[in-house]
Amino acid sequence: MNWCEYPGYWIGAESLQNYGCRMANGLGITLQLVAYSVSVGFVLALLLAVGRLYGPKWLRVAVSGYTTFFRGTPLLCQLFLVYYGLGQFRLFWQDVGLWWFFREPFSCALLTFTVNTAAYQAEILRGAIQSVPRGQFEGSLALGLHRWATLRLVVMPQAMILALRPLGNELIVMIKSSAVASLVTLFDLMGATRFAFARSFDLSLYLYAALIYLVLVEIVRRVWERFELRLTRHMALR
Amino acid sequence: MFDKFALLGFGPGGWGLALLQGAGITIAIALATLPFGLALGLAVALCKRADSALLRGFATVYTTIFRGVPELLTLYIIYFGLPILVQQLFALAGSTASFAIPPFLAGMVALGMVLAAFSSEVWVGALNAIHKGQREAAAALGLSNAQAFRLVVLPQLFRVALPGLGNNWMVLLKETSLVSVITLPDIMFITTRANVVTKEPFLFFGAAMAIYLVFSLISAWGVARLETRSNRGFAAFGGTTR
Amino acid sequence: MKSFVRFIAVAAFTVAGAAGALAQAPDWKEIRIGTEGAYPPFNNLNAKKELEGFEIDYANMLCEKMKVKCTWVVQDWDGIIPALLSKKYDIIIAGMNATDERKKRVDFTAVYTKTPIWAIGPKNASTDLSPAALKGKSIGVQGSTVHSNYAEKTYKDSTIRPYPTQEEANLDLLNGRLDYIIADALSLEDFLNGKGKDCCAKVAEITRDAAIHGPGVAGAVRKEDTALRDKFSAAIAESIKDGSHKKIADKYFKIPIL
Repeated sequence: MNWCEYPGYWIGAESLQNYGCRMANGLGITLQLVAYSVSVGFVLALLLAVGRLYGPKWLRVAVSGYTTFFRGTPLLCQLFLVYYGLGQFRLFWQDVGLWWFFREPFSCALLTFTVNTAAYQAEILRGAIQSVPRGQFEGSLALGLHRWATLRLVVMPQAMILALRPLGNELIVMIKSSAVASLVTLFDLMGATRFAFARSFDLSLYLYAALIYLVLVEIVRRVWERFELRLTRHMALR
Repeated sequence: MFDKFALLGFGPGGWGLALLQGAGITIAIALATLPFGLALGLAVALCKRADSALLRGFATVYTTIFRGVPELLTLYIIYFGLPILVQQLFALAGSTASFAIPPFLAGMVALGMVLAAFSSEVWVGALNAIHKGQREAAAALGLSNAQAFRLVVLPQLFRVALPGLGNNWMVLLKETSLVSVITLPDIMFITTRANVVTKEPFLFFGAAMAIYLVFSLISAWGVARLETRSNRGFAAFGGTTR
Repeated sequence: MKSFVRFIAVAAFTVAGAAGALAQAPDWKEIRIGTEGAYPPFNNLNAKKELEGFEIDYANMLCEKMKVKCTWVVQDWDGIIPALLSKKYDIIIAGMNATDERKKRVDFTAVYTKTPIWAIGPKNASTDLSPAALKGKSIGVQGSTVHSNYAEKTYKDSTIRPYPTQEEANLDLLNGRLDYIIADALSLEDFLNGKGKDCCAKVAEITRDAAIHGPGVAGAVRKEDTALRDKFSAAIAESIKDGSHKKIADKYFKIPIL
């Protein structure tokens, strides 16, 4: 018996035992999708937030259009348009040598999730940077620091503390939203559960999936709390 | 090209009216969920700050569950799971009566419970932002706890919570697209049906996206208006509201 | 706060009311039929949000024969059996194959459709469909169907890709992401004559495996509703005998469906 069959065996749930390994694989796909997209999205979001605040006018307009679009439409629609929409131009992708990327549902989902979460994270970062008092910026410039150095050494460390909690929420939201990946044929945790349900018609499988998501989110939340405590340990008012 | 767009029109074979009705359902479920979810969220937030450890424990468990479980699963569990459970209870009691939750109510309850979990965080933040001295002053003036909450805290709460609640609303608006799995003919439901019949997926998914985008833009404008309005008493201090 | 309390009271009342209103003694004068509404030409919604298709016409005709009043409920495929079990409707007429796996949960009426199963692929696709030949290839199916079960069981070394609807699988074959599609001949024929005309063709017909595919498409009822099952089975048998089944089928299909 594989390790992933044991949980079902222990609690005496036959369907969970039968499909435990599939669900474990699905969990792996979900974790990969979320980890990659949120971390790449974070880097992208930093650039977007800085561009939105300090860039030239056209860049500010472009970034705000980008965030409005990706925050204003459902992730499901975005994924659908990337996967089937961009997938239509196979000849073009083959010409530029990118078909290997757009052929795979995993990379399409990854791309969609990344640009989506980047939009949300950019807004979080923008808000956080904006709420750092202006005097900090001015003081730092007065001390002779360069604009970029000011941003990097003075503003960002303070902004990150403010942004931490909403960023944690965004991570949680992404874990749950990643369930739409099953609609482009990926066997993520939700996809694997759907599959198992279609075979067994055992509704309790959805409950087990819910439990797995719950545990995952709770772990993230606890880790994040630790993280926050550590980052704010120098602050008096805790 | 124009033939395709006729599919979105209102003529014979045009899906325009169906899409508009779907948009109506989307808005209706979002608007119905909002007061329920926000009120429940405020109740949970008050529990989180209560003196009783039991209430605090309840609030923590509540947010943990409804923040952690994907909305789709919450919806499934309430729409499919609950009636089966209740019927089994009826059967135990020897009754053959059936029990059903209308899909609209099920959607409203499921989305509202999730909204409550997320908005309770916003409410807690806002409650913390209102200075303790205000409540002490109210007590000194002879107001009861309930009166102090209703007359002193509540009016200020909304202003502080507004930006966070605005975000919650935007998320809710898009989450309503899940109700199409429980037979409610919302935008997504009509879009998928139109797609299989007309075989024009991009046209219809594009149209759906445009409708959601319009709703989001209107909401963003509305929230900004509300913020200006609720902040008007504070602008006099020269904008240093913090 | 007061309005909140009132709101909860109203909501609780609505739930209680709904529970009372739907308590119905099963004398089967009124039957609620569940269907997907996304599976043309069997059942789909049109732009006026009306149901149409072979199964809609056929079941309405059966209801007339049985002299009962039928109402339709549209339910997504993933939830179609849970919704039956939680009594949102009484019978499923939605192109559902009567498989052994499903028989563990629901009961089936007599079979009213039995269509050929095809594998299609790009025009140059190899006609060798042995599991060894398809090793590493991508096979598209509609998720949660007999075809996805068949593909999973037969092609263990291939990548099985389950789509929410047949339409999306067809689209992905067109896009070049799939090597084969396995599905119902009737839902593929439309595609091969339309959008897929230039790219794709039928590769082979797949022999029905009774253990996986079951005897054919039938109505599904809750296990305890044996009276309803027998009522429908009798009406189906009669419609096949007196030619009314064939009359409706000919309106929709060029090939025989039974």
